[in-house]
Amino acid sequence: MGTTSFRSGFRAATDRAVSGLAILATVLVIVPLIAIFVYLLIMGARSLNLAFFLQNPVPEGESGGGMANAIVGSAVLLGIASAIGVPIGIGAGIYLAEFGRGTKLATAIRFTADVLNGVPSIVMGLAAYSLIVVPQGHFSAFSGGVALGIMMIPTVARTSEEMLLMVPNTIREAALGLGLPNWRSVLSITVKTASPGIITGCMLAFARVAGETAPLIFTALGNSFWSTDPNRPIEALPLQIWVYATGPYEDQHRLAWAGALVLIALIVIAVSLVRYVASRGVLKGAS
Amino acid sequence: MTRIRFQQSLDQLKENLLVMAGLAEQAIQRAIEAYRVRDLSICDLVSRSEVAINRLERDIDQAALDLLAMEQPMAIDLRFILSVIKINADLERVGDSAKSISERVRNMEQMPAVPELPVDIPRMATLSAEMVRKSLQSFIEADPELARAVLMMDDAVDKMNRAAYKSLTKVMEEQSHIAPQALNALMICRALERVADHATNIAEDVIFWIEGSDVRHHKSMLAQKKATEATS
Amino acid sequence: MGVGIEVTNLNAWYGTNHTLQDINLNIPANQATALIGPSGCGKSTFVRCLNRMHETNPIARVTGTVRIGEIDIYNDAKPVEIRRRVGMVFQRPNPFPTMSIYENVASGLKLNGFSNRRALDEIVERSLKNSALWDEVKEDLKSKSGASLSGGQQQRLCIARALAVDPEVLLMDEPASALDPVSTSKIEDLIFQLKSQYTIVIVTHNMQQAARVAEKTGFFLNGRMVEFDSTHKIFTNPSDKRTEDYITGRFG
Repeated sequence: MGTTSFRSGFRAATDRAVSGLAILATVLVIVPLIAIFVYLLIMGARSLNLAFFLQNPVPEGESGGGMANAIVGSAVLLGIASAIGVPIGIGAGIYLAEFGRGTKLATAIRFTADVLNGVPSIVMGLAAYSLIVVPQGHFSAFSGGVALGIMMIPTVARTSEEMLLMVPNTIREAALGLGLPNWRSVLSITVKTASPGIITGCMLAFARVAGETAPLIFTALGNSFWSTDPNRPIEALPLQIWVYATGPYEDQHRLAWAGALVLIALIVIAVSLVRYVASRGVLKGAS
Repeated sequence: MTRIRFQQSLDQLKENLLVMAGLAEQAIQRAIEAYRVRDLSICDLVSRSEVAINRLERDIDQAALDLLAMEQPMAIDLRFILSVIKINADLERVGDSAKSISERVRNMEQMPAVPELPVDIPRMATLSAEMVRKSLQSFIEADPELARAVLMMDDAVDKMNRAAYKSLTKVMEEQSHIAPQALNALMICRALERVADHATNIAEDVIFWIEGSDVRHHKSMLAQKKATEATS
Repeated sequence: MGVGIEVTNLNAWYGTNHTLQDINLNIPANQATALIGPSGCGKSTFVRCLNRMHETNPIARVTGTVRIGEIDIYNDAKPVEIRRRVGMVFQRPNPFPTMSIYENVASGLKLNGFSNRRALDEIVERSLKNSALWDEVKEDLKSKSGASLSGGQQQRLCIARALAVDPEVLLMDEPASALDPVSTSKIEDLIFQLKSQYTIVIVTHNMQQAARVAEKTGFFLNGRMVEFDSTHKIFTNPSDKRTEDYITGRFG
């Protein structure tokens, strides 16, 4: 009697200790995150006004102005990036999961994706500079978009592959058993089933590159004026934030804070919107 | 080997049936002995064993039913259990016939003795008892050939029964003062003939169990076949 | 109407594993044929050779002939064509989770290019009626997903989906093994009704089920077919001792 209660007491104590450690770890992670957000909110909200969203930057030294062009510029860059990164990434994911399982090509693709993932973003920017900016002879939104797009590919490809692999084989068999050709089965059944996960992967990649600054320095370059032309330099929120934050003017610092807040808010909104639209297409009771 | 419990249940069922068989065989032997030596105390024994036989019949049927419901027996197991159920019923009837014979013996003791009647009851009795013994042995040894031998013996008993019927009815018509005794003897012959029939049934059930072929009513089917062949 | 299946000298391999050896048998049309045998005996592999699903595994190989009706399915036709004539229902119900009940049943047709709305509606209704599911789902055809049904209903949905493409043969690989007894009975009753229109081959672990639904039964062991005869014979008096040992549970 005595020994069992001792053992169970010891076990209960261990259980509580480990639970406590887990909670502590969670807190250690969440607290800085919340702290950042709160700080950002405080610092950024002060400088937030309608002008921020509607006006372009004013010449250095003057006060006022906004980041309208940066917001739009980010949108254009992310549009180009997604147009490159999402199809190629999903395509690679589909190949890896459905057609190339076990092949040497698949291994090579995976390896390449992992390497690409590890390339520092500044190097990516330099590569885009050498391969696009120099031959074209000018900076452009296009080159920036390409750099960002290529950075999206590994994340999209890997998560797509994983999500597709999670689709139970029985679903594939059911589709093939009906006499559907393999490509049909993959596209209409397997990919569709994995689409929530694939979309999440795309959003992850999107959120990551939305905040990238380094690749844009030698590609998009930045633009003080309103521009949506893919062939000309373009402004982007993270770029603008960096320039202002590292500049000497107090006004610009405040705008930088506001910009950071707006950047995060826009990313959150964009992701939420996509998830909402995607979930609307999902039926009652479907997993 | 799998299904050990099931196999043990089957073995147990066989055991119980053999106990039943022993009782039935013993009843017949005793009834015949009672006839031979006209000993009424033996008749009492036969009557009492009847109770045990009836109880065993119920127990065996219950056990067989349980096995059918719980174990989903197939093929040879299914045929075995089915055979056990039928042999069970036949053995109980054998016990009934033994009782019937011993009742007849009791009856006879109350009537004046008569000179020899024109029937060889001892010989019929020996033959019928032999058929029962052999059919049960074919069950114990799972020997279909032995069972077939039993089927062959039935003809002899049938012949003897028919002859007994003829001669005894003649006695009853011509010597009406000993008609009751003749009637008694006729009843005993009838009981012995039924015992032989039951032994035949048991043999047929053994063949069904081992070989899966249904050889019942072969005589009547054979006769019918011959009749149709004759008319065509 | 269903057609007969003639299998001649069928051998199948997974890589170097010789999973089926010299299978010869004739499956009669418009009847249910059951295939029984212990795990790993090859019965599932055999059935998958009948609609060329065996080939979806890259290391699979087949020799021999399988004729379904007039057609030599390995030499005269492509896998996709065969699978439209030979439907398959799997052990675990596998409705497409992103599709409604209607879309599930119509999927075999719609995804192959069939677009006539009214005809589709009729086919979906007919298939669901044939699989005894219509009354339970007719109100929610397009609003409920296939995966929101109970296990037994899902399996009947899969049967409806298979029937919608109008096959001649229906292969069922342990269709009721994941279901409760009531659902199992419903599926068995269904098989009984379907026999008149289709040829059914059913793989089952459950011998009582084989006994209940099939006219003929084949016993597989270690990649060979040991005995193929009327169900009655197999279960009351099989010819081969190995068959008897298996069905009386005296294996191993």
